[in-house]
Amino acid sequence: MLEVRDVRKSFDGFLAVGGVSLRVERGTIAAIIGPNGAGKTTFFNLVTGHLRPDAGAVMLEGRDITGLPPHDVCRLGMGRSFQRTNIFPKLTVYQNVQAAFLSHRGRGADLWSRVERLYRDETEGVLRSLGLLERAGEVSGFLSHGAQKQLELGIALASEPSLLLLDEPTAGMSATETRETIRLVERIARERGLTLLFTEHDMEVVFSIAQRITVLHQGRVIAEGSPAEVRADTEVRRVYLGERR
Amino acid sequence: MTALTRVPWIALVLIAAFFVPVVGSRFYTFLANDIAIWALFATSLNLLVGVTGLVSFGHAAYFGIGAYTTGLLMKKAGLSFLLAFPAAGVLAGAFALVFGFFCVRLTRIYFAMLTLAFAQIVWAICFKWNEVTGGEQGMPEIPYPDFDRVAALPLIGGWRTAEYFYFLTLLLVALCLWLLRRIVGSPFGRMLTTVRENAERAEFIGVNVRRYELAAFVLAGAFAGLAGGLFGIFNRGVFPDFAYWTKSSEVLIMTLLGGMGTFYGPALGAFVLILLNQQIVSYTEYWPFVLGVILVVLLFVFPGGLAGAAQATARLWARRQRA
Repeated sequence: MLEVRDVRKSFDGFLAVGGVSLRVERGTIAAIIGPNGAGKTTFFNLVTGHLRPDAGAVMLEGRDITGLPPHDVCRLGMGRSFQRTNIFPKLTVYQNVQAAFLSHRGRGADLWSRVERLYRDETEGVLRSLGLLERAGEVSGFLSHGAQKQLELGIALASEPSLLLLDEPTAGMSATETRETIRLVERIARERGLTLLFTEHDMEVVFSIAQRITVLHQGRVIAEGSPAEVRADTEVRRVYLGERR
Repeated sequence: MTALTRVPWIALVLIAAFFVPVVGSRFYTFLANDIAIWALFATSLNLLVGVTGLVSFGHAAYFGIGAYTTGLLMKKAGLSFLLAFPAAGVLAGAFALVFGFFCVRLTRIYFAMLTLAFAQIVWAICFKWNEVTGGEQGMPEIPYPDFDRVAALPLIGGWRTAEYFYFLTLLLVALCLWLLRRIVGSPFGRMLTTVRENAERAEFIGVNVRRYELAAFVLAGAFAGLAGGLFGIFNRGVFPDFAYWTKSSEVLIMTLLGGMGTFYGPALGAFVLILLNQQIVSYTEYWPFVLGVILVVLLFVFPGGLAGAAQATARLWARRQRA
């Protein structure tokens, strides 16, 4: 599904990502973990086209997408959510999700139709599965942090991706919200047959749903494998898990 | 709120506007004509400022290009208004495409400065190119469209040429506003709103932000050009200051004053600013001072402009009614 080969990126001489390779198989859930500043978000930005890698290649379903701008990457079936909540704050919840449908289904150049009723069923379907349908008419900027994060997931889903990248989907959430969100993500991935790649700081979350885990440290992969393998890795214990004890 | 929103305000305003020459003097027809043209100009700018979130300091360039296009075609080429008017929109849109191509590559203040720079270039060309534009002296005596056939019709005959032109302006401005309204309410318009709200997120739902910004720039330029085409005839002449930066700031002030958050806000701004200008100038020579004070108060108390303030008041009123 996704194959990343040896991507590198440095900013003004600081090496943020130094040669990271990664494979995500279709239909699996993969996670990237690592301490703060390990390069997780930069890595995401390289994969989604937000940043251009200095070297290396990104392949989506066998197609080279290295250096393509985000709007093209999105059209090829990769959706993403952001660590810092990233929605359209003055639009309603409904309009947020609907906008992604409009764009994805290629209606953006339509200057004539009335926008309100387009993709109503699809939009409401996404909102229903997120439990946001009752709040469809609310201005999204006024929602709670947790609800905004869920809405962001909804926007990503409305681009009908086959691969979904979630950057810290539970950042800033309470323990209950975290558990609910993870259950939600897992269920939606299963229902829609999505391939999922996410970063996370909450270990419990990662080991409960991920099938493959990649551990980043200072811009490099230090371990890769199943949750059990990663948990047993001495290097990982030293740099990361050890830190938290 | 419901009672107030159910009133077909737009239809009422349009009907009232058609009656201005019937009940008012020539002077009021003149004012109403001025307002109608500026309303279109301000609404076209709002497609950029209010809808897409791009602040242009050089929108007068396209107004000026439109005015010169219609003026030159009618006066020097002797073309009919039916051809010279749409040509203003086409040419202004074409220039907007070229200038916009560069402008949308910059963001925020740099975008604004580049729009201003292009507008000043347009102004300088109009000012210096004597053989074509008449240079500093401008181009006086732009002919009116030919209304002979309309005047010969029963029932609507018997008006002065200036009044026929006013009716024509109303029809064309109403048509343009309706088109703009459809555009804002279309899927394309919604995509522009996502660009305004969060360009980064828009990219990640598959919106090619620069291309949409450029499309908005071209459309806004084309409609400004149409307004300019009308204005040259209305003004009985086309002059380089149509494209000068003061015109750009004037139309920006109208947009802010009326409220860029609503579709008809900028048109309301044009109405209020032109009337205030007319009234206050007869009392004091410090009109810019009065305008400045009004703007400061408005921006602090009602950042949504007059239209935003009206909406807030209507909502408050509705709540009182219910209580």
